[in-house]
Amino acid sequence: MSIRTLSPYFFILPAVAIMFAGLVYPVLQAFYLSLFDWKIGTKFNDAPYVGVRHFVRMLTDDNVHESIWVTLRFGFWTITIEMFLGVSLALLLEKPIRGASVFRTIFILPLMISPVVVGLIWRYLFDARIGWINYYLGMIGVEPQVWLGDPELAFFAIVFTDIWQWTPFIFIIVIAGLQALPSEILEASKIDGANWWQHILFVKLPMIRSILLIALLLRLIDVFRALEVMYILTGGGPGRATELLSLHIYNRAFETQQLGYASAISVLLILIVFGLSFAILVAGNPMKEKSDI
Amino acid sequence: MTGVKLSGVTKSFGETIVIPMMDLQFDEGEFVVIVGPSGCGKSTTLRMIAGLEPVSSGQIFIGGKDVTWSVPKERDIAMVFQSYALYPHMDVSGNMSFALRLAGRPKAEVKQRVRRAAEMLELTEYLDRRPRDLSGGQRQRVAMGRAIVRDAYCFLFDEPLSNLDAKLRSTMRTELAILHKRLKRTMIYVTHDQIEAMTMADRIVIMDRGIIQQVGTPRDVYNTPVNRFVAGFIGSPSMNFLEAELTGSDRPRVQGKGFDIPLNPRLSATASQHSARDVIIGLRPEHFSVKGAGGSRSSLFAPVDLKVEVAEYIGSSQFLAARIDDQPVTASIEVGPDSAPLESGEYLFDTNRMYLFDRKTGTAIA
Repeated sequence: MSIRTLSPYFFILPAVAIMFAGLVYPVLQAFYLSLFDWKIGTKFNDAPYVGVRHFVRMLTDDNVHESIWVTLRFGFWTITIEMFLGVSLALLLEKPIRGASVFRTIFILPLMISPVVVGLIWRYLFDARIGWINYYLGMIGVEPQVWLGDPELAFFAIVFTDIWQWTPFIFIIVIAGLQALPSEILEASKIDGANWWQHILFVKLPMIRSILLIALLLRLIDVFRALEVMYILTGGGPGRATELLSLHIYNRAFETQQLGYASAISVLLILIVFGLSFAILVAGNPMKEKSDI
Repeated sequence: MTGVKLSGVTKSFGETIVIPMMDLQFDEGEFVVIVGPSGCGKSTTLRMIAGLEPVSSGQIFIGGKDVTWSVPKERDIAMVFQSYALYPHMDVSGNMSFALRLAGRPKAEVKQRVRRAAEMLELTEYLDRRPRDLSGGQRQRVAMGRAIVRDAYCFLFDEPLSNLDAKLRSTMRTELAILHKRLKRTMIYVTHDQIEAMTMADRIVIMDRGIIQQVGTPRDVYNTPVNRFVAGFIGSPSMNFLEAELTGSDRPRVQGKGFDIPLNPRLSATASQHSARDVIIGLRPEHFSVKGAGGSRSSLFAPVDLKVEVAEYIGSSQFLAARIDDQPVTASIEVGPDSAPLESGEYLFDTNRMYLFDRKTGTAIA
């Protein structure tokens, strides 16, 4: 190879090196760690090498399976409802109606709050004895519920909290997409006789399809990383009813000191997220759709 | 009452009055071009007819029906936009059939109408392509096709050719004219390009600052402009205007810096009834000629001194950027392709082709 063909690689080398150090190295390190049985406070050099035994164990570990199942259910409900609400709100507030900017600002407030604070706020709201939710439900004659103590209700609570915090994210992405749509195309569809529904379903939504896909992708990745809010709100309980995969990994690593095993599960987590993202990208290919509208 | 009619229409955006008052009738099957400089309200007028912009007051009738407050789909119109406004996520046939599919027409009929329109516009081989895979001219055709398949009562065009290159634009002009002959529909076409207006229109509506200046056939507006604005807007290169004074009562003439031109009998008659002595004369560049060219009858052709600054060779004619005294004028002179660059000297102007305007009001004295 000549200097001419090699020189581009030389110039991107620093970027590649930083990407490698920042992104690939931790993943490889996690994988390496998963091959050992290591506890915090002991020397890593003394940790016994266990090969792929952690991965084998994972395949038959009901706790891991349950946690994956909780995560998938959590992801399904939160993302479905968030997408629906976020898109609906964006469509409603896209027009320059009076006070729209005030509404928009209010809607994105939850996004600005730190997840730990969100967890604390909702923990108090859902509290069985002093929580506002039971208080107001009591006013319309509903019996007080043990929100965070019942498996079904606790799952509902984390889904509800996640929707509260993350719907605005979909909302702002979609509203930005809608506002960037060329007005002439929207007018053309009115001339073509599209009514309100057809206008949205056949013109607006297809035209922001790639934006919807990217929002979906980001939320999906976030669901598998969700940790802080659940950690504070329910700690994964009651039982394991709200123990999402990332929370499960956290508990394994720092509660039960199984760092190697926790690493093995996080490798699985990466594979799941990677697989799902890849599937969405292949199915939707949002990058290809940079249509010249 | 058929065709499209605007009756007492006004339009303002907040405090800004765009159309102070407009009455306009488009006859059925007519090709009318609304032309004017940008910001003259021509696009707003079209959008009000389309129902994309509500009127501030007044009424709009399409095919005899009051549609003032109807949504676009109830107006039986089709529209072609400047940016083509094709749906990027649909292929060509999807774009063209969208309106028919929304209207719930039977599949066979939709297919047949799309096919017929595609044949008419030579788009058949592109029916499966997305807009982004088409050239500008092809996209333009798809936008027209989308309008044609509708078989609407009235077609609206909002500067549809302005994104095309010059050569394609003139081809599409011809195609549009042919299309109009075939479809025989009322077509309202908005443009800022007076050549498009002159070549395609049955009638031209010339607008300036929200007000209709003149409505007439291309011949009318070229030969008898009602005011200085119309005279300057129609014709290319545009008319030269020079300040002058009406003098002499029995043999009236116009005098100004560097010229002294006798009026022809027609202008003499009208000028004698005109009180103001301060006028503007209008000389079209194409009505200058070289001295001694083909039997110039001395009484009708007045001599003028042109100081030529640049002579542009464009084949059979030459464009002159020149001055009469110190006032700039352009002249377009037919001298044949082999002639040498024209130089300063005495040229002739056809006084039958001279226009007079009141200097204060700008209205034509004729």
